[in-house]
Amino acid sequence: MNARSRVEVLLELADDELILGWRDSEWTGIAPLLEEDVAFSSIAQNEIGHARALYELAARELGSDADALAFDRAPDEYRCAPLVELRRLEWARTIARHWLYETADEIRLAVLKASDDPEVAGLAAKIDREEAYHRMHAEMWIDRLLATEEGTTRLREAIDELWPYALGVLDGELRLQLVERVRGRLPFDLPEVEPVTRGQHTEELRELWDEMTEVRRSAPTGAQW
Amino acid sequence: MIWEVFRQERKGQPFQHAGSVEAPDFRFAEIYGREQYGRRGESEALWLVPREHLSVVEGWADEFDLKYRRVDGYSIKARLKEARERAESR
Repeated sequence: MNARSRVEVLLELADDELILGWRDSEWTGIAPLLEEDVAFSSIAQNEIGHARALYELAARELGSDADALAFDRAPDEYRCAPLVELRRLEWARTIARHWLYETADEIRLAVLKASDDPEVAGLAAKIDREEAYHRMHAEMWIDRLLATEEGTTRLREAIDELWPYALGVLDGELRLQLVERVRGRLPFDLPEVEPVTRGQHTEELRELWDEMTEVRRSAPTGAQW
Repeated sequence: MIWEVFRQERKGQPFQHAGSVEAPDFRFAEIYGREQYGRRGESEALWLVPREHLSVVEGWADEFDLKYRRVDGYSIKARLKEARERAESR
């Protein structure tokens, strides 16, 4: 992570959280259980709140503002990992992506919490205190899925499909940590695949961007809300 | 499985019934309880109780109007009026 500038690191994390928050919010009103409807919507709000705080920190350095960073860039300028872009309105895949992301995010936040930069370290610690509940939520689902044959099969199918994307959330030594953790948690083997790394984007991001920035683009530049 | 949720708003205050969540075990109930009854800072603590673990008591017999045993006692307004009318008619 040293090779990247502070702003780049902040934007990677912010874009991941914004786009994942957006995707999670797609369950609002249609989740398979009322309780999960509430929980997933709440997680989505948290992620977008994290994105906002990270954008604000980056914006101070760039002389910009959080809304401009969130909505005024072209789709190719976003630094999010393809994992968070995928539109996966299927519960097992949603849970698998949620868990894979939270597992990777914990590794990345641990590094940022130890940063020499007090603003970055402070914000990472604050974010991590909320992510702890997301991890509890994700972990309980993994245990529940692994408790039955059907659950294990569905989780395995989802992980097989998402694993190349999950690998792309982190790189270098942190990616190895992710592999270790995921391997240690699952009773089945992971596929041998090449990572779908950050820097490339799926077509699904473009569609999401159209929707996400529609209101902002419809208003004249500098409109006050 | 239904879990009844009791919510304490501030330290020292009594827990009051707030609603319920459906969850297969305590781990799920805890997460759902946190999300639905605590994330806006509205609770100091929650009690989560499986509905089947609550012992329900209901049905009360009061066949002989033994109101004097209750703290609110008799309503004396009507009796007082009767007594006054009796006194005046004498």
